[in-house]
Amino acid sequence: MKLSKTLMATSALTVAAAGAYAAGHGMADSMTLVSWGGAYQASQQNAYVAPYLEMNDGVSATWDESSAEAVAKLRAMNEAGNITWDLVDVVAADAIRLCDEGLAMEVDHDELLAPAPDGTSASDDFGDLIVSDCFIPQIVYSTTFGYRTDMVGDTPPTSVCAVFDTEAYPGKRSLERRPIANMEWALICDGVSIDEVYNVLETEEGQDRALAKLDTIKDDVIWWNAGADTPQLLADGEVVIGSTYNGRLFSAIEEQDQPIGMLWDWQMFDLDGWIIPAGLPEDRLARVQDFVRFATDTQRLADQAKYISYGPARASSAPLVSTHAELGIEMAPHMPTDPANAQNTFLFNYEFWADYRDDIDAKFQAWLAR
Amino acid sequence: MSEAILTPIEKKPIGFTAGVLAAAGAFAGLLVGTAQGSGFVGLVIGALLMAALGFIAMQALAEEMEKPVRWALIALAAIGGFFLGGYPGLILGALFGWFFGWFVYWIGLGRYRAHLVPYLTGGQVLWHYTFRIICGAIFVFLITPILVVMPLSFNAEDFFTFTPEMLRFDPEGYSLKHYRDFLTNPEWTNAVKNSLMIAPVATFISVSLGTLAAIGLSQSHVPGKRAIMAILISPMIVPLIISATGMYFFYSKIGIVGTYWGVVLAHAVLGIPFVIITVTATLVGFDKSLTRAAANMGANPVTTFFKVQMPLILPGVISGGLFAFITSFDEVVVVLFIGSAELQTLPWQMFTGLREQISPTILAAATILVGISICLLTAVEILRRRSERLRGLSPG
Repeated sequence: MKLSKTLMATSALTVAAAGAYAAGHGMADSMTLVSWGGAYQASQQNAYVAPYLEMNDGVSATWDESSAEAVAKLRAMNEAGNITWDLVDVVAADAIRLCDEGLAMEVDHDELLAPAPDGTSASDDFGDLIVSDCFIPQIVYSTTFGYRTDMVGDTPPTSVCAVFDTEAYPGKRSLERRPIANMEWALICDGVSIDEVYNVLETEEGQDRALAKLDTIKDDVIWWNAGADTPQLLADGEVVIGSTYNGRLFSAIEEQDQPIGMLWDWQMFDLDGWIIPAGLPEDRLARVQDFVRFATDTQRLADQAKYISYGPARASSAPLVSTHAELGIEMAPHMPTDPANAQNTFLFNYEFWADYRDDIDAKFQAWLAR
Repeated sequence: MSEAILTPIEKKPIGFTAGVLAAAGAFAGLLVGTAQGSGFVGLVIGALLMAALGFIAMQALAEEMEKPVRWALIALAAIGGFFLGGYPGLILGALFGWFFGWFVYWIGLGRYRAHLVPYLTGGQVLWHYTFRIICGAIFVFLITPILVVMPLSFNAEDFFTFTPEMLRFDPEGYSLKHYRDFLTNPEWTNAVKNSLMIAPVATFISVSLGTLAAIGLSQSHVPGKRAIMAILISPMIVPLIISATGMYFFYSKIGIVGTYWGVVLAHAVLGIPFVIITVTATLVGFDKSLTRAAANMGANPVTTFFKVQMPLILPGVISGGLFAFITSFDEVVVVLFIGSAELQTLPWQMFTGLREQISPTILAAATILVGISICLLTAVEILRRRSERLRGLSPG
């Protein structure tokens, strides 16, 4: 049964001549893809999974919405010696961790991924966004703020420091239940210049200073854990301003018509992409490599931006970003990387947080419990 | 329905009536006032209004005026509510008016004592009604979270929010789209299909093994009965996450993680304790001499089991089976470990959906599941009553 299916898939593939890499290799006929669910997973499904399945008759893909606990689950799978996932969508920080632990496979980006249409090699096209040898970048997203347009009076906030200004913008605010980004914003609003933020945050006094700033609004903060929380709280009018992923805010504002405005000031960029779990059997690995090559090419990454307002990770995809698939609005102005939105930004500092995360996490949790 | 009047009733002194009504009015006023901004103002207004109402109804107007007074009160409160809060206010106001109209005469004419025995002291009467209110409050506390979910599942928006349109009872604010999504979206239909494929098979295994174990353990000559029972019941007592982790590593070794039979076996293990407990309980009332009589007439043990014992303990077996079915149908922790992406069950889908995208489709699913659970539990209750009746434990 299994064998005949594989044979059928292989012959179908040969007919379809699916890429040079595939030729001669036996490929599995099903893949388990792990992602985040929601609008993001839908954008992946529409932009490259559905087209790929259409091109490759007899292949099937199953989604597992487990990216949030990907690290823990991959560890357990590795220990049990039974890797059931073929391709896992994780944030860059998790990719770095999985790579260090040997749970993700190191890849040669130039060999695995397609070059840009003008011939630029994949590693140049993705550039600095390849933050780990295991990491195959897909999108740039940002964590930023949305506010209720009907609850801020005549002066909508223009600076991230509005979050800390409970006099001008009274009401609850929602922040993610972790120190990352919150500590940086607190210091910026306490008068630290962006170049100095991580130097200050390295020191005990600097960490205390950031927490002291957060302390001024602690009673007004609702802490969130899942990306869907803040849009829900904003739609309820439960909070006046709150942080979440920019794509979630886009969908609440444009697709669901909620009275919410975007505040791009000091948005924190982060990367999301694929990793291939280490130790896949040969036929499954071949299938995944074939899929990933297709799914991360210039056009496919640009297509993804039709469905969600996250910036494609390839430089060559940016000019191809067009309009929203259903609403028909231009997507470029909604991208976190659009020049108008990207005046004040910072990138998730992987090195800093790799070194200090445990310490600051402990401090932050202790402060929260106080 | 109506109980006999045990105590002759009489009109209460106005001081008592006004006092009790003022206290009740103050309480209601506090709730309404807090919702509107000032609890204290609401408290004072509520107390004054109710005291005045008691005075008018009891002193100024004759007792025969009860009907018109109560209707007038409903109308007035409904109109007042309408001006405060539109159509929902109208309905709430009418309910308030109905309740307080009844309450005024109930207190003022001393009706509250009518169905109680005459020798109770004032304190005992007060406790009698306080106790009922506490029970009612506990019931409300348990049931409200489930009831809130139901109207929200008809929300026209993609959030868990009572929109202004919904509160105005505007049909625009309501929609069946989440039910449509639940019934047509392959993610959800697959989840339902998986759940329906797993739960009955797991239930069948649980019931077969659990019934046999219960019958075996009910024999007096089995050594170490209590220890065996404790081990068999343990999946119910050990924290689920620990069973799940243990199963994950054990099932990985034998290669059934992520397979259909892996999930079925895991759920069967979780269901067995329920079957054992219910069947053991039924066996307590089972007359052993019946099996001896059957044996005496030449039936072998298997025939005896199916012809004599099984029909009598069937209600226990079925209710145990229903519990096992619900366990499998509702279970999320073990399936997150043992299941795989192809085997996503309904609770798994709800769990990940709730974390990643707060979509009211989950509420539609929840409402449907609550409906199914109510049907199943009603069936259990009816079976239980039937078995009691058959055993002659209750007259009904």
